Amino acid sequence: MNILKLSTKNLLRNKLTTFLNIILVAFGVAILSILFLASTQIGNKLERNARDIDLVVGAKGSPLQLILSSIYHIDFPTGNIPAKDALELMQNPMVKRAVPLALGDNYEGHRIVGTDSGFVSLYDLKLGNGKFWAKDLEATIGSTVAAESKLKIGDKFFGAHGLSDASDEHKQHAYTVSGILQPQGNVTDNLILTNIGSVYKMHEPEHDENEKHHEEINNKEITSILIQYRSPMSVVIFPRMVNQSTNMQAASPAMESARLFSLIGVGIETLKWFAILIMAISALSVFISLYNAMKEKKYDLAVMRCLGASKPKLFFLVMIEGLLITVSGAILGLLLGHLALQIIGFYQESSQARLTGLYFVADELYLIIAGLVIGVVASIIPALQTYRVDIARTLSKDK
Amino acid sequence: MISIQSITKKYNHGPTLTFPDWIIQDEEQWLLLGASGSGKSTLLNIISGLLKPDSGEIKINGTDIYSLPLKDMDRFRGQSIGIVFQKPHLIKSLDIFDNIALASSLAGLKINKSRVMTLLESLGLAEKRKNFPDELSQGQLQRVSIARALINNPSLLIADEPTSSLDDENAENVISILTEQAAGNHASLVIATHDKRVRNRVSKEYLL
Ligand SMILES: Nc1ncnc2c1ncn2[C@@H]1O[C@H](COP(=O)(O)OP(=O)(O)OP(=O)(O)O)[C@@H](O)[C@H]1O
Ligand SMILES: [Mg+2]
Repeated sequence: MNILKLSTKNLLRNKLTTFLNIILVAFGVAILSILFLASTQIGNKLERNARDIDLVVGAKGSPLQLILSSIYHIDFPTGNIPAKDALELMQNPMVKRAVPLALGDNYEGHRIVGTDSGFVSLYDLKLGNGKFWAKDLEATIGSTVAAESKLKIGDKFFGAHGLSDASDEHKQHAYTVSGILQPQGNVTDNLILTNIGSVYKMHEPEHDENEKHHEEINNKEITSILIQYRSPMSVVIFPRMVNQSTNMQAASPAMESARLFSLIGVGIETLKWFAILIMAISALSVFISLYNAMKEKKYDLAVMRCLGASKPKLFFLVMIEGLLITVSGAILGLLLGHLALQIIGFYQESSQARLTGLYFVADELYLIIAGLVIGVVASIIPALQTYRVDIARTLSKDK
Repeated sequence: MISIQSITKKYNHGPTLTFPDWIIQDEEQWLLLGASGSGKSTLLNIISGLLKPDSGEIKINGTDIYSLPLKDMDRFRGQSIGIVFQKPHLIKSLDIFDNIALASSLAGLKINKSRVMTLLESLGLAEKRKNFPDELSQGQLQRVSIARALINNPSLLIADEPTSSLDDENAENVISILTEQAAGNHASLVIATHDKRVRNRVSKEYLL
């Protein structure tokens, strides 16, 4: 019979206290692990999606909204810009690569993006199956879209107006799936790519439409342009030029993501301190439980000394009890954290930013270590008491 | 053989206790008698290596036990001295079998399951082996603590007031068990008591 078994039996004897303490530690760890996992996942996604894009140009409005809609495909676009102006900007010598986007439709919640072949090279897209879109009304779909909609090559589908719901379908034109992308690990997994012409076609008036509509089509519009600079020097001049001399606005993904993150950051920071507070309370609770148990355990410890146990052995006996609680609490907390995130991901609406619990970060190792440290801190004082138990006196006195 | 020579002990704020010299031969059975407060428990604690005397020497089979390093003394006590207290002091979280087996593993010895069972049987506790201490009576618990004291085949069995919290029948029983088991296991026996019921059962007396 080793001390581990003895500690376990002691803990099992006080099931309720043990359970409460484990749960306390687990809660603290679970909250922290959710924070770690969610913020790294969101951070990674933000970074991966904006990796090669220096600037987004679109209609005037909130720059954050422009970035969210054109890069992360979560918010609504700020409006449209005249294709003529866009083209002019795309030919600017400072621009190395410019990719136009025409948004506005969706299929079962997956956004349909009208663009050109520049999009393929910008995101370094690889085909899994079939070919890239070429003609009007051909579409290449992301891997998640394919998995969720069960669309196969050659299948036809109708786009719906708007960015998320399917109430208003464009029944007059059907898209044909020409290819399916390999999983890219970024937002393109959730997109349906086609050419800009297809998007225009969707919105072409039926023949009995009025004059005003005609005009809009003639002055064609797109939603935004994704831009790569030729040289980093343009960072300062180019956006200012766009914002001042045109009717469009330029927004930098790096700046807006950082701003977004600093907004979320306040919340994360608060939660983090809250979790640390819970962990501190759990340490205190484990300490109080062990300390109180020492009064009763004094006899057990004295008996064990009589039976030949050395002082260090009893010291470890008490330490291990504390450590068992906090380490199993930490492990349970990690499991809870991952489970919670998996459940959150399952119920999340926007598939673009979906979180998963099947993801591990190195920081979680620190949580286990934190569990160990809390165990040591909480049990060291009770454990040191084993050195002070006066065996002779404890046992010869009537209990 | 155990020899005790010119032992003295003074507690803080107490008188100095002096103890007459004493030699206990192998397998001898002794009563340690004295009024309350005369120092019976103190002497037993000194003999079992739990309380260092201020002066004097105590040798068990030739070893001066207080010259041993602390850890060795703990091990020595676990292996060669069995102690029975006034209260059984069993570990509540372990069942009867494990309580006895614990004494072996704490003394650094292998657990001998069949010896545990033989001891339990000879004390009439075989069917209680899976029970926990709070499911047994005082008399049964005291017998378990005797089994625990005997498990490692000690050369000395020490009992401090083993009967004072028991009724006549149980006290009678415990004394019989102590004397018989000590003899059967070839251990010397020292019982500290001021219980008159014990006086006529053991012939050798050491008076404080
Ligand atoms: N830990 C201690 N600190 C101070 N004084 C002590 C301590 N233990 C015992 N004493 C004192 O030492 C003397 C001897 O005590 P001891 O317990 O050895 O007596 P005893 O013969 O076993 O008594 P009893 O029959 O009541 O058990 C008593 O006067 C007691 O008050
Ligand atoms: Mg006493």
